[in-house]
Amino acid sequence: MIQLFAFYLFATIVIASAAMVIFARNPVHSVMWLILAFFNAAGLMLLAGAEFIAMLLVIVYVGAVAVLFLFVVMMLNIDFAELRAGFVRYLPLGALVAIILVAELIFALGAWSAGGVDLAGRVAPAVTDKSNIQQIGELLYTRYIFLFEAAGIILLVAMIGAIVLTHRQRGGVRTQNISLQNQRRPQDATRLVDPGVGQGMEL
Amino acid sequence: MISVGHYLAVSAVLFTLGVLGIFINRKNIIVILMAIELILLAVNINLVAFSAALGDLVGQVFAMFVLTVAAGEAAIGLAILVIYFRGRGTIAVDDANRMKG
Repeated sequence: MIQLFAFYLFATIVIASAAMVIFARNPVHSVMWLILAFFNAAGLMLLAGAEFIAMLLVIVYVGAVAVLFLFVVMMLNIDFAELRAGFVRYLPLGALVAIILVAELIFALGAWSAGGVDLAGRVAPAVTDKSNIQQIGELLYTRYIFLFEAAGIILLVAMIGAIVLTHRQRGGVRTQNISLQNQRRPQDATRLVDPGVGQGMEL
Repeated sequence: MISVGHYLAVSAVLFTLGVLGIFINRKNIIVILMAIELILLAVNINLVAFSAALGDLVGQVFAMFVLTVAAGEAAIGLAILVIYFRGRGTIAVDDANRMKG
């Protein structure tokens, strides 16, 4: 009973906050609603017994992605009223696509529940005597080790790409050059010259 | 009792809201990126629901990979957004025709 209540609570809030994400006038509010949606989706996944994914959702999405969004929204000083201009114009087309999509999804759901397609046997059956995290770890570091490393490479490439894209070389800035400072010796630093009268000297 | 159908319904609605968000916020690329995150979240809920229903852990492993791709996509997308804003002073994607030459 409590599970049913929790499920409907999480499901209602995740859908309501997802609707607020796309309808909010201010993108900062959108990000806040997005964070709420992620938290409630994490609750849904916790109910399904996927503790690891739920925690990952909170850490990665709320802790990193949503904060990244928030930084960018606040960093760029954007006139949001101008961006809302096409809202009403695109609403009919968007609603049409959404209706078609939801009809298709309901149809797929009905077809699936009418009689499940008998898929091939389980690839990695879950066992009850180990925790969810331990089971995922055992699977991830053995059978899916190459995929796991590929995921790491994807993250690395994304990180390097983001840095390369946003890094900007500023001209005319004097920065400290430590190796040059360390190479400097007293005998090179001073020079004794004897300029002739009225000639001046070049430094 | 909660069945996998309940989870599929929630994720279907979430997915549809994400697609709708892309359509109605066509000018605001930040909200478009957020809508893509919603779509990927719906996919993750689907994967986890089937993983729990079938008693197979592969769905959760793949949800993790989807999460990885979503994080990378958000980082790259926002980086592109920042340099686009730097160059043009606006993020309206309607008149994004720089690549036309």
